[in-house]
Amino acid sequence: MSNSAKTAEKSFFARNAPLFRRFLVSFILLIGLMVVWEGLKWFAGDPWRPDNNPFKIAHQPFWRVKYFSDLNLPHLWDIFGAFADESRRNGPPLIQTLAVASVYTFREAFSGFVLGGLLGFVLGALFAHLTLLERGCMPYVVASQTVPILAIAPMIIIWLGQDWGSVAVISAYLTFFPVTVSTLRGLRSPNPVAVELMRSYASTTWETLWKLRFPAALPYILTALKVSATASVVGAIIGELPSGIREGLGGAILNFNSYYATKPSRLWAAIIVSALLGILFFLAVSLIEYWVLKNRHRVIESR
Amino acid sequence: MPTPVASIQNVTKVFNPGKPNRVVALEDIHLEIQAGEFISLIGPSGCGKSTLLRLIGDLTSPSTGAILINGKSAQQARLDRDYGMVFQAATLYEWRNVLQNIELPLEIMKYPKEERIARAEKMLRLVELEKFGKLFPWQLSGGMQQRVSIARALAFEPKLLLMDEPFGALDEMTRERMQMEVQRIWRETGITIVFVTHGIPEAVFLSTRVVLLSPRPGRIAEVIPVDLPKERTDETREDPRFFEIANHLREKLREIERTQRN
Ligand SMILES: Nc1ncnc2c1ncn2[C@@H]1O[C@H](COP(=O)(O)OP(=O)(O)O)[C@@H](O)[C@H]1O
Ligand SMILES: [Mg+2]
Repeated sequence: MSNSAKTAEKSFFARNAPLFRRFLVSFILLIGLMVVWEGLKWFAGDPWRPDNNPFKIAHQPFWRVKYFSDLNLPHLWDIFGAFADESRRNGPPLIQTLAVASVYTFREAFSGFVLGGLLGFVLGALFAHLTLLERGCMPYVVASQTVPILAIAPMIIIWLGQDWGSVAVISAYLTFFPVTVSTLRGLRSPNPVAVELMRSYASTTWETLWKLRFPAALPYILTALKVSATASVVGAIIGELPSGIREGLGGAILNFNSYYATKPSRLWAAIIVSALLGILFFLAVSLIEYWVLKNRHRVIESR
Repeated sequence: MPTPVASIQNVTKVFNPGKPNRVVALEDIHLEIQAGEFISLIGPSGCGKSTLLRLIGDLTSPSTGAILINGKSAQQARLDRDYGMVFQAATLYEWRNVLQNIELPLEIMKYPKEERIARAEKMLRLVELEKFGKLFPWQLSGGMQQRVSIARALAFEPKLLLMDEPFGALDEMTRERMQMEVQRIWRETGITIVFVTHGIPEAVFLSTRVVLLSPRPGRIAEVIPVDLPKERTDETREDPRFFEIANHLREKLREIERTQRN
């Protein structure tokens, strides 16, 4: 026992060394991506003029590839610079606009995530206990996911009205499926001996669900929730497009899209913020996952 | 004669009846187990030891015949929580620490919190793991995990403890220590135990009676009373009578295997 028991007693940093190493790797990859990005522009982008880069470099790229032009692939400093620029004439800086839009979109995404998560769990739990229901309904559940969300979204807007609640429903539509599949799988994951043990205690189905099946399903469900977290942000952004809602990131993207020819960096800035929102949500769920599963061997081993 | 703890009357168990893969796991089993006995079931693998144990514990039901536990049906006995069960795998819940694992049946049986804790701690002392209550299963050795699973099975004071090759996965040293432990618990609590094993010395060392099963179909070949002193110690393993019974069992088992091959 001693070896593994000691693992639990090590300092916070020692225990989380793999976690920090992972962050380091992500960071290095990010730097690498930025280097590649600017490298492409150096070798095959538009000419560098002293007034269009912070290093005041004049440079003539060796080739010209249109995909790497300033319009298609703006300089990183232009993108980051765009955060500080006004988002519209005499308006607040872009970063403030995007932050407000993020909060708005996150409200839709989070509501959709909760709604979809609950629906997914309830469906999965029903299916796990009623095989006939699973056989009958699963094809439709799968079918629901093959219909493009862009076809469903306008209908939901028409049915439920033009507000953020409808967008949350669209987001839920994208998030419930992974949770259903994983819940079903997870609730059925306990080995038969563990189930017989509960039977020998004359445990009710309900108690077996909460004391055995649900805890056993948690690793599966939490993995699905991580997928759903990012999907919910995508769902919210897409949901905003046909709904006419302009307060969120979807609205911002639509807006900056139409000005892309003159100000490409603003769209890129909006994309970065959307990605960050998804990543932050994902990390938040990962943190919850870590906290919920921290005493389980499997998790500590695989981290 | 008092009511037997378990009365197995002309029990037959057929799996997949009427199908091509039909298996007669047990045929014409007759066995009475009295309170305080320690019964070992032994026999070649596939002879129906686990099936018999599972029939007693109402994890499966007989095709014909009847099983009475303390004068009730096996199902009623299960609903009355008369059974403690220990399997070859400890089957502890990884999300519960040792104490919480022992509390599991008590929670399901709606014991008040204070009593749950008091009982779990008492059981932990019984299996001599009082220092390990806050650890999680993965932090324990296989032998310790199995002791926790025994503590869990005894926490609600069942009348009958059913053990299916509980030490099958343990190394020889640990196994002998566990045998002493179960011996002591059996004497201290006065519980009735049905114990599946394929270790001959283990069966003789622990039991008051050994039930030898022969396979295809599973039948009781012989019931051997073990007339050794009730308290078994390390000297028991050197007792000439111990060897005598063990040798008799060994011969019988060989005989069964020989007739099986022919
Ligand atoms: N659930 C089951 N379905 C079909 N056959 C089974 C089942 N359980 C056990 N058997 C068969 O019954 C026989 C006895 O099995 P078992 O009681 O597990 O033997 P043992 O525990 O003595 O090794 C074997 O032939 C086995 O294949
Ligand atoms: Mg068996």
